[in-house]
Amino acid sequence: MTKMRMNQAISKALEDEMKQDETVVIFGEDIAAAGGPFKTSDGLLEEFGAERVRDTPISEMGFLGAAVGAAATGLRPVAEIMFIEFLGVALDQLVTEAAKFHYLSSGLYKVPLTIRASVGAGLGFGTQHSQTLESWLYGCPGVKLAAASGPQSAYSLLRAAIRDENPVLLLEPRVLYSQRDDVVTGDSAVAELGEAKVVSFGEDVTVVGFGSTVSTIETALKETTFSAEIIDLQTLIPWDRETVMNSVSKTGKLVLVEENPKSFGWGAEIAATISTELFDVLKAPVLRITAPDVPIPFAKDLEERYLPNSTYVKSQIEEFLSTGILPKTWWHEQKAGI
Amino acid sequence: MTRELDRRKEISEDRLFRFERMLEIRLFEDRVQDLFAEGLVHGTTHTCQGQEAVAVGIAASLRPTDTVTCTYRGHGVALALGLTPESLLGEIMGRQIGSVGGVGGSMHLALPSIGLLPTFAIVGAGIPVAAGAALRHQVMKTDDVALAVFGDGSTNIGAFHEGLNLASIWNLPVVFVCENNQYGEYSRIEKTTPIKNICERAVSYGMPGKKFDGQDVDEVVAAVSDAVEVARSGNGPTLLELETYRYAGHSRADTAPYRPEGEFDKWYERDPINTFCERLKGEGTLSESKESEIRKIVDQRIEAAVETVKESPVPEVDSMFNNIYA
Repeated sequence: MTKMRMNQAISKALEDEMKQDETVVIFGEDIAAAGGPFKTSDGLLEEFGAERVRDTPISEMGFLGAAVGAAATGLRPVAEIMFIEFLGVALDQLVTEAAKFHYLSSGLYKVPLTIRASVGAGLGFGTQHSQTLESWLYGCPGVKLAAASGPQSAYSLLRAAIRDENPVLLLEPRVLYSQRDDVVTGDSAVAELGEAKVVSFGEDVTVVGFGSTVSTIETALKETTFSAEIIDLQTLIPWDRETVMNSVSKTGKLVLVEENPKSFGWGAEIAATISTELFDVLKAPVLRITAPDVPIPFAKDLEERYLPNSTYVKSQIEEFLSTGILPKTWWHEQKAGI
Repeated sequence: MTRELDRRKEISEDRLFRFERMLEIRLFEDRVQDLFAEGLVHGTTHTCQGQEAVAVGIAASLRPTDTVTCTYRGHGVALALGLTPESLLGEIMGRQIGSVGGVGGSMHLALPSIGLLPTFAIVGAGIPVAAGAALRHQVMKTDDVALAVFGDGSTNIGAFHEGLNLASIWNLPVVFVCENNQYGEYSRIEKTTPIKNICERAVSYGMPGKKFDGQDVDEVVAAVSDAVEVARSGNGPTLLELETYRYAGHSRADTAPYRPEGEFDKWYERDPINTFCERLKGEGTLSESKESEIRKIVDQRIEAAVETVKESPVPEVDSMFNNIYA
């Protein structure tokens, strides 16, 4: 076990996979000579050389398309999308090409492609550099979607993504790159995509997070009068129904904490599933704690108001548990047009 | 050797087989249009009559271990690369014996053994993907190459420009073949593209760009083979523009009423199959009796394929759940 920051854990995961498998190549904007804008590939150019570690032009459609072609013919490329918004100009290559090659070749082609993208608000990057955008991948069968929630999960999920035979998008919350923690490395630490992780066990309520909201929940519920079971989904597509359902079967209450806007967020799908499948065990309606349906504002006080931070999450859950009904949000629902 | 590879070998080695394969593509496409008209196929299709020399010329210049990306107007390229008429028609008609079991349809063909990546129904999408296959060949230090074939309509989309740019800066072993059939969907090229010669766009990406007659299969083979050799020997990408003509409309529903009077007739005078047939005869390579024999063989082959496919079962419903994830 070694203490490392999340960006260092990502570099380490890339290094370990590249050492084991010479078909792993990485590319993206400024990931080689500069070691990555968030230092997530530091030293890899020196270690593995310019053939396998490449800077690209600012050309996401081009290099993501190239990643698809390389993956379909025998490499395991890891492409970095610096900010998730930049995926917009290349989305075709992920959801319409990579995601469909296996299906459209009756299984003869595989696309073991990993795309890493930094996501999320909280650092004052403004509207076009702060979204999470996992919603872009819903309704596009053929892609897997995971999110790191800290150094260990970043390491474990990235290695799993690279080894997976399918296109995997790994979201990396930007606010967590500097988070430092103990990380177990090596083959035994490789995660299983599709498995959620129970972060802490409890009896009174199940609280589910994904990506950045996992540590928000942990901070929010550090000192409480109730016993919460906290689940890190880790993978959203496919999501771990069994772990969530087992937990809700025990607690009878479910809270979902999302960084994305409320409407059509992933919480809606999970809430619908649990409300349908576990109708008889639920003791209260499912609570979704999310950001409002607005573009992410820049001004610091507005951005802080936008995000479900640990203070808001704590008060929402406390009110929910004491009243048994859904609390009002800390933002103004009516004004957001919901 | 599978039958697909035998078919591929034939056209690599023998010009008579190139004539035969062009004829096969023509008759196949005509028959597909009939089957649609008869209501025996649902959905849509994009046929390539008039462009047979491009398809066969490309296939004859590549190895099966090279990689090809191709568009939704891909029946000709797929047949030329080796896909059998049964497998292709089976896919177009949504049957189990189709190349991908009937889940793809006319626009989605694929077969790794002949180097055909799943064909692209998104204009331009195959161009950077071919660059990526070339990246694989470069990193793995093989001397295989990738080739992207796409229409003139693909050259105004970002994927074209980004794909060529990336291929050039990384010196990738890839050949970009623009099959200029004069129309992007319903619009003539002059309406959508401000330059006369698409090959000139290569200048922006620091690679050679040349234009050739896409109606002459010998010229296509020579041009593509040269560019493939450049790529194979590590000297980077080339953009080729092959001028050709789409005899049919854009898709099944399009009768091409926008086409100027006389344009089709002018192009038909230089029909790639007729002119190649005359050349082979003039050289003494092809006799009248051999020509009749070839025409008969191809005709029978297509009819046999139609019968086989008509008799073959539709996919099991459960097959839609297969192969979503590897």
